[in-house]
Amino acid sequence: MNSPERSRSIFRFAAPHNFYPLAGRLAPCFAAAALVLGVVGLWLGFFVAPTDATQGEVYRVIFIHVPAAWMSMFVYLVMAFWSAVGLVMNTRLSFIMSQALAPTGAMFCFIALWTGALWGKPTWGAYWVWDARLTSQLLLLFLYFGFIALTRAIEDPRRADRAGAIIALVGAVNVPIIYFSVQWWNTLHQGASVSLNKAPSMAATMLLGMLVMAIAAWMYTIAVVLWRARSMILERERHTEWVGAVLEREAQGGRA
Amino acid sequence: MKARSKRLMLVGGGVALLVAAVALVLSAFQQNLVFFHTPSEVAEGKAPTGKTFRVGGMVEEGSIRREADGLTVSFAITDTARVIPVSYRGTLPDLFKEGKGAVVQGKLEADGTFRATEVLAKHDENYMPPEAAHAVEQAAKAAETVSQ
Repeated sequence: MNSPERSRSIFRFAAPHNFYPLAGRLAPCFAAAALVLGVVGLWLGFFVAPTDATQGEVYRVIFIHVPAAWMSMFVYLVMAFWSAVGLVMNTRLSFIMSQALAPTGAMFCFIALWTGALWGKPTWGAYWVWDARLTSQLLLLFLYFGFIALTRAIEDPRRADRAGAIIALVGAVNVPIIYFSVQWWNTLHQGASVSLNKAPSMAATMLLGMLVMAIAAWMYTIAVVLWRARSMILERERHTEWVGAVLEREAQGGRA
Repeated sequence: MKARSKRLMLVGGGVALLVAAVALVLSAFQQNLVFFHTPSEVAEGKAPTGKTFRVGGMVEEGSIRREADGLTVSFAITDTARVIPVSYRGTLPDLFKEGKGAVVQGKLEADGTFRATEVLAKHDENYMPPEAAHAVEQAAKAAETVSQ
């Protein structure tokens, strides 16, 4: 297990005591990037991007709505990925990662639904309709809540990890349904403006603002998840020697 | 076989079965998952015309007519193949315009008129500044003149 070759590879960070200081060093960098990109993205979205011809100013919700919706789907897929890795490889850190992701994914999912409602009223004429896109996105929020509730409700962390991983994997089927719902069925929600198989149907500055906001959401997510994973590691490994040493060092004002 | 690859197959097989099950369920409920029916589907009798349902399409150019009471509006929804005349009493969303998408909810009367209780505007996924929209319009007009 601890051959010198293995300890030099990237996989050594799968060990919580190696990952903990790495996450501590990386998280502030991602947080700073999120802050800068968020300010630039909002400035582009609200001051630089032109008014939309049909919707007027209300379309500017897109700069928050779309990055949040993308992030809510992507985070769930990453959660499912770490859950699968955890189930197959039996690595502790994988389950920690998937559980550290869940609250942030749920937050973005809620933001997407909330801003969508605020956008729907002035454009469609309704806050909410039960079309396939909106309904499947609401289901995603419940899947996040279910995952968080289940992993917190089970006392034994090993059993909690496994139960959560199964919800994460089962629920991942919903993500492509959300994404393709606007193509597969008649929905009130419009189709994708940005996708891999066609040119974006947006003015260039609008698109730029949205992409910068999307990257800001990525950076924010990485920073927050690293910090959350760090505290989960401390909690789970509190009986180990290395955590005792870390806590002692931090108490004396040093960095971990 | 190593325990790890056994678990990999177990997880992979489980996910594959689940995807297949969901695909079957979704294709079985295909009809219930659509938010609205097109005028062509209504003409073919595919829509549940006995009860309240939704029709979606374009608001036909030149079809919006306001009645004398100022509240009742009549217009036509089309998918370019079929047309359904709609009558509605109430306020319309701001984006409701001729030539743009709309979804109406209500009942089909015996005379073929759709009596709507709710009108929703459906906008597309194109976002552009007014100048660009104007340019697109001009180009479309120019193309029309050339083709004539």
